[in-house]
Amino acid sequence: MSGKREDLTNVRARDSFVAAGHGTVSARWPAVSGRGVLRRLKRDRAALAGLVVIMLLVALALAAPLVAPHDPAAQHSSERLASPTLTFPLGTDNLGRCLLSRLLYGARLSLASAGAASLLVLVIGVGMGALAGYAGGWVDIVIMRVVDLLLAFPLLILALAITGFIGVGMGSVLVGVVSVWWASYARVVRGLVLSLRARPFVEAAWAVGTGPARIVIRHVLPNVVSPVIVLATLEMGSLLLVISGLNFLGLGVQPPTPEWGAMLNDGRPFLRSAPQLLIYPGLAISLAVMACNLLGDGLRDALDPRL
Amino acid sequence: MKRYLLIRILSLIPLWLGISVLAFALSNLAPGDPATVLAHRLSDAPPTEEQIAAIRGQYQLDAPLPVRYARWLGAAVRGDLGRSYRTKEPVLKELAARFPATLQIALGALAIALVIALPLGVLAAVRRGTWLDHTARVGALLGASVPSYWLGYLLILVFALGAGWLPVAGRDGAGAAVLPALTLGLGAAATLARLTRASLLEVLGEDFIRTARAKGLDEWAVVWRHALKGALIPVLTVTVIAYGHLLGGAVIVEGIFAWPGVGNLLVNSIYDRDYPMIQGFVLFMGMIFTVLNLVADLSYLWIDPRIRLAHERRART
Repeated sequence: MSGKREDLTNVRARDSFVAAGHGTVSARWPAVSGRGVLRRLKRDRAALAGLVVIMLLVALALAAPLVAPHDPAAQHSSERLASPTLTFPLGTDNLGRCLLSRLLYGARLSLASAGAASLLVLVIGVGMGALAGYAGGWVDIVIMRVVDLLLAFPLLILALAITGFIGVGMGSVLVGVVSVWWASYARVVRGLVLSLRARPFVEAAWAVGTGPARIVIRHVLPNVVSPVIVLATLEMGSLLLVISGLNFLGLGVQPPTPEWGAMLNDGRPFLRSAPQLLIYPGLAISLAVMACNLLGDGLRDALDPRL
Repeated sequence: MKRYLLIRILSLIPLWLGISVLAFALSNLAPGDPATVLAHRLSDAPPTEEQIAAIRGQYQLDAPLPVRYARWLGAAVRGDLGRSYRTKEPVLKELAARFPATLQIALGALAIALVIALPLGVLAAVRRGTWLDHTARVGALLGASVPSYWLGYLLILVFALGAGWLPVAGRDGAGAAVLPALTLGLGAAATLARLTRASLLEVLGEDFIRTARAKGLDEWAVVWRHALKGALIPVLTVTVIAYGHLLGGAVIVEGIFAWPGVGNLLVNSIYDRDYPMIQGFVLFMGMIFTVLNLVADLSYLWIDPRIRLAHERRART
């Protein structure tokens, strides 16, 4: 009893802070049917709202050239720091650029970078976790020591330091973030694979002579999918926060490229005279992260009926 | 028990070695030839080929990586983390000078987080499903979703520029730490409140609580006298870890308020490509963070009699 409690609490303690303080994923996961998950998810209005907001933001980002009233880089020099009008629905920034257009175009880079980072982290994390859990032995030891080492830091600091050494740019931000963020996935996936390895259906597959690669791909990974989806949704919010944060520090995209975090950074000198330059991009980041968190929470509840 | 403690403390050594390898490896990510980069940093005029060669010889930059690592580690063990490119001062001295300011806002943030999170989490669990629980849930969601680098400016707008109660930036005066600590603390409060609620609900579902209720105790007495003690154990453990994360989060928040801590120092060092400073920071924070993690694990062992007794029993047999 006490062993289980300790285990669960440690997972909770580490992962809840790794995932920017939101949500937890336990290492033990019951098998659930896809249809049951969808049914439960449909009843969860908060999670649905999160899903709708995410789809809406993605749609707006994709349609930015169609819906944006202006070119995001065009400087209307007679309209600097203008108040909202019909031509500039959210007003303009210090260079006379349309704020709404910059927000819409900024969504492309912010969401795409968070999405790309999530995917990369997912692939690396699941791959490493499955390898460690399935191969065992020294492979497991080496991978898990690296994971322990990475998780021994506040991830933000390490991502920041790596970005700092490589040099400024969106590419180095992604490298910095991805190269530390995969560790928490690897730990969860390894735990799942270890518990699955001992299950009768995997032993049965062994007994009939199925090869290790086939066992992992056909029998183990499908059962890892559901918790990993939850983790990925929750992590997408925290990845968006950290990537925008690095852009806010001026380490990512360079002007005039619009990105939400970078827009916040550009607005800093105008906090007193034109606070809207900071308010809108921050609102956009908060909304997107909140939507990810709502969906992630809902998915977790739907996948794990015990809670 | 003593043996276990010793093993856990000794296990820091390989972890610290790993951190030192990581910190050293980072410096090799930097683009360009290290001797040329260093020569440019050390002189104001563009360096000549001879100067670059001299620096390569002086710092033995053409030695193989393991040799350079061993030499760097040897110096680091003696407290020599090199000199900052920017200020020419020893890295450790700069870090030590700024660290108290970071500790100050991180402690303030932790206090704020606990004062908000504990009552809110307990109320949300006891009044589960009521408007109070829902409000707490929304608050926790906001706390986890709103970026600190935006919240800080909102707080400045309201409390410094709007109401004029607190200073906008800097570390002068008693009120100066309030806004940075609040910015950091609100996010942590969200996590701790959620955890307190979940942990209390878990304990409230156990058998001994049913017994207490069956005795006819009213709900608050059940919570106060029976449930809370057990429920707060995981909260305390996470609080220690949260403190480490607050120290990390300070990196972004300090810049907003021009707070003279290590976080601000790190960001400025990154702008200046002050590599020894960044490297020193990674080593320094990594060591502090691993110690905090260890304290969190050990506090769990020390407080929870179920786990402590299990260990002692195992040690006897």
